[in-house]
Amino acid sequence: MQLSQPDQQSLKVRIWRGAGDEGRYETFDVPVLENQTILDVVSYIQQYMDASLTYRFACRVGMCGSCAMMVNGVPRWTCRTHVKKITDKAGSLTIAPLRNLPVIKDLVVDMDVFFDKWVRAEAVHHPTRSIEQGVQPVNEETAERQAANAAIECINCAVCYAACDVVASNPEYLGPAALNRAWSLVNDVRDGGREAILEAVSGKGGCHNCHSQQSCQKYCPNELNPTASIAGLKRETAKFALQNFLTPTKKDKAEKNMKRERV
Amino acid sequence: MITARLYILQRLTALIMAPLVIGHIGVMIYAVQNGLSAAEILGRTQGSIFWALFYGAFALAVAIHAAIGLRAILHEWAGFNSMVLTIVCWGIAIGLAGLGLQAVYSVTG
Repeated sequence: MQLSQPDQQSLKVRIWRGAGDEGRYETFDVPVLENQTILDVVSYIQQYMDASLTYRFACRVGMCGSCAMMVNGVPRWTCRTHVKKITDKAGSLTIAPLRNLPVIKDLVVDMDVFFDKWVRAEAVHHPTRSIEQGVQPVNEETAERQAANAAIECINCAVCYAACDVVASNPEYLGPAALNRAWSLVNDVRDGGREAILEAVSGKGGCHNCHSQQSCQKYCPNELNPTASIAGLKRETAKFALQNFLTPTKKDKAEKNMKRERV
Repeated sequence: MITARLYILQRLTALIMAPLVIGHIGVMIYAVQNGLSAAEILGRTQGSIFWALFYGAFALAVAIHAAIGLRAILHEWAGFNSMVLTIVCWGIAIGLAGLGLQAVYSVTG
């Protein structure tokens, strides 16, 4: 059953079809409905026009971060993006898989690269207490906690990663989302990995490669500011490197001793 | 391709260059306003340790700063790998330092 009616207005939708690097755009005429989101359009095509169309979604309410796609050339969360607000002057839509990530099929990208970089940035929890010790109290008033809170509402949608021109030209770059989470953890009293994180984001693909173009901030659907988080990491890593230079850490001393012993 | 060490080095050289550029522009305005000839300027700079250090520090800071900046551009736009980048950027740094210090020597030596 199709929802369209004979006199109903329709929307011309170009959708990327293909697997891997191969593919082309296919055009569909989708009926215009009230309060229609981009995800509604994609779902309509899959349910009533071409069941082989592949795409990814889960919550439909902007919480899970599964449904991001390129819409008219920019990355967006499709479940919370209304068609009326973004169709171009010709009333058409172009929907493609997220930029900067390998395409599996149609609108589905492989997110492994994206999440592997979170691990490389040490953007993982480093526990400081055992279950017997209980949860570390958190003081919401401190500047560190406020910095952590400002960066914490990331839904891992990869919109910032797709928007980032540095990722496009430097595949080693860890990307805004991983660095934003790393900054959140650096400021979290419950996380014990401060030094490990600062070392992890100081390497070849680290935070210092960011050119502060701020596309991540512009397109983040949750209005986070990864550029500010990355600037924070640049400051902290510079301080950390200077401290290590002036007063080498135990780890540095141990490494030097090991080298001497080898000699 | 820019590590924390290169990032810090580029910021430190920028900190060195900023006051030197202002000093250079100030001296140029002073020289032009007072109608000093090239011979009169050379008369004041030749044999001067102060001007040799002033422009020598600037030439070295430029060589380091520019090589690091070009490293990022060459990696992103030309796709050079790590080893090629290191060789090319050391070449750029040594070349710029050589040209700059030769000019400084000509004016202050």
